[in-house]
Amino acid sequence: MSVKAVLEVKEGDVVAALREFLRRLLEAKVVDALLVPVELPSGDAVVQTLIKDPDKLANANPLAPVMMVNSAKLVSNLTRRGNRERVGVVLKSCEMRALFELVKLQQATLDNLVTLGIDCLGSYEATQYAELAGELDDGAGSSADQLRGAREGQVVPMDGYEFRVACQICEHPIASNVDVNIGLFGVDTETAILLEMEGEIGQEIVEKLGLQEGDAPGREEAVAKLVSGRERARDEAFARFHETVKDTSSLLAQFSTCIACHNCAQACPICYCKECIFETDTFRHPSDRYLLWADRKGAARMPSDTLLFQLTRMNHMVTSCVGCGMCESACPSDLPLTLMFRAVGDKVQELFDYLPGASLEEELPVATFKEDEFPEYK
Amino acid sequence: MDEFEPRIVAFLCNWCAYTGADLAGTSRIQYPPNVRSIRVMCTGGVDPIYVIKALLEGADGVLIGGCHPGDCHYQSGNLKARRRMAILRSILEQLGLDPDRVWLRWISASEGKLFADTITEMVQTLKEKGPNPMGEAWAI
Repeated sequence: MSVKAVLEVKEGDVVAALREFLRRLLEAKVVDALLVPVELPSGDAVVQTLIKDPDKLANANPLAPVMMVNSAKLVSNLTRRGNRERVGVVLKSCEMRALFELVKLQQATLDNLVTLGIDCLGSYEATQYAELAGELDDGAGSSADQLRGAREGQVVPMDGYEFRVACQICEHPIASNVDVNIGLFGVDTETAILLEMEGEIGQEIVEKLGLQEGDAPGREEAVAKLVSGRERARDEAFARFHETVKDTSSLLAQFSTCIACHNCAQACPICYCKECIFETDTFRHPSDRYLLWADRKGAARMPSDTLLFQLTRMNHMVTSCVGCGMCESACPSDLPLTLMFRAVGDKVQELFDYLPGASLEEELPVATFKEDEFPEYK
Repeated sequence: MDEFEPRIVAFLCNWCAYTGADLAGTSRIQYPPNVRSIRVMCTGGVDPIYVIKALLEGADGVLIGGCHPGDCHYQSGNLKARRRMAILRSILEQLGLDPDRVWLRWISASEGKLFADTITEMVQTLKEKGPNPMGEAWAI
C-alpha cells in the first residue's frame, strides 16, 4: 500500500523543511536514530552522521550535492551483525541500489531499517564542492537554480562546475524500493516537498506526523524528461568509450597512469572482501623468480599487477556494479573508471538480464546458474 | 623463419578433462605439444584472475576443460565456471581484447580422443590468429 503526502516548505527553504521533517521523525519515535549527511563546521564538506538527539539535526543537509562515501557501506556497518534499534537512513538512488546488492552479498540487512530515499539532483566531486559551497545560496545547500531545474526535469550544474561523470549518465535519479521517498523532481519546491511512502511505515508516518495527503501532478512528465536526457548522455558516452577502447594498445593506454593504490576498491561499495587477493602474498613471488623472468624475456615489468588488478576487480564485481562512480572519485590518476565499468557492466549484466539493486528476489548472477544456458560452450 | 608455435595454458579438472588428457597419453594419441596443463580439482575453482594473468603474461590461448554439464564431481562447479567464463569473455570483448583466446570445453575422462582433437583444433585456430598482442604490449 502506498501513500503520498506533501511537506510544507516555508519561505522557499527546502533544507529547513527537510530538517524539520527529520526532526519530527525522531521526536515522534518513528525512528530511534537517523543516518544523514551533516555539514561540517568548516562549511566545505558534509559527513554522514548517525543522530539520536534531534537538536543535532541543526546542520543536517540531505540536499548537499556531494557524495563523500557511498552510504551503503555505512549501512553495512550498522546492520551487518544485526540492528537492535530502528534506524532511518537517508540514501540517494545509487546508495540504495548498492545496499540491495550488499544485502544479497550478505554484508547488510534491512532489519529495523527505515530507508529514506531522496531524489538526487547530481553531485560534484568533493574538491569541487568544497570550492563552490560558499557560492551556493544557503551555504552548503543545493542551489535554487538546481531545484527550479528539478521541477522542470532538467538539472544543470552551477556555472563553471560539472557533476561527477556517474551523475551525468545516471538514468536512475530516483531511489526505488525505499520506505519513504523525498520527491523533488516535478515538484514546486518553493512551497512543498512530495513524500511517497510504502507499506505500514508510510501509514505510521502519516499518522504520527499528521501529514497532509497530496501529489505533484507534473512529476511523471519531469522524471520522464530527465531520464530520457540521461539515457541519451549515457548512450553517447558508451559509444565514445567503445570508439576509444577497441584493441590491446588502446586498452593499455587507458590504464597507463594507474599507480596500483587500490583506492577504487576501497571506495567501491560492492568490493567488500576483507582480504582482497591483491593484498595477499599470492602474487608476491620469490625474489629470484623476477630475475628469471627478466632473464627469459630480456625485461620484466614491476609492478606487474596494475592491469591484472583492474581486470580481475571488474570480473569479480561488475555484475553488481550500480554505477555510483566512487571508484573514479577516489582515483588519484583520474582513470575513466565510471564509464568503463558502466559500459562493460551494461553488456555483462545483459547476459543475465540482471539490473543491480533492482530487486532482492533476483539472485546474484555469480551466485547461481541455470542448467540450460550458454549452449555455445560444448 | 620458424613457424609461430602458440603457447596454451590449460586448466583441467581432476575428474574429467585431466583424466581425459591422461587417457590421450596412455592411448598414444598424438596431439601438438603446445599445451601446458595445470590440474585443478574443479573448473568451478578457476578464478578469472588466473586466466587473465596467463593472457597478460603472453599465453596465446587459455583452455578450461571440465566435466560435461550434469557430470560435475561437485554437482555444479562446471556450471558456475560457465557463468564465470561467459562474464570474462564478455569483458574481454567489451575492452577490445579477443575473447576467442579463452576456450571452455567439456571433456570427460573417457574422451582422450576429444582432448587431443580439442588441442589440435585450438593450436590451428591460434596459429591463424597469430601471437597474443598482449604478451608483447604488456612486456614493454
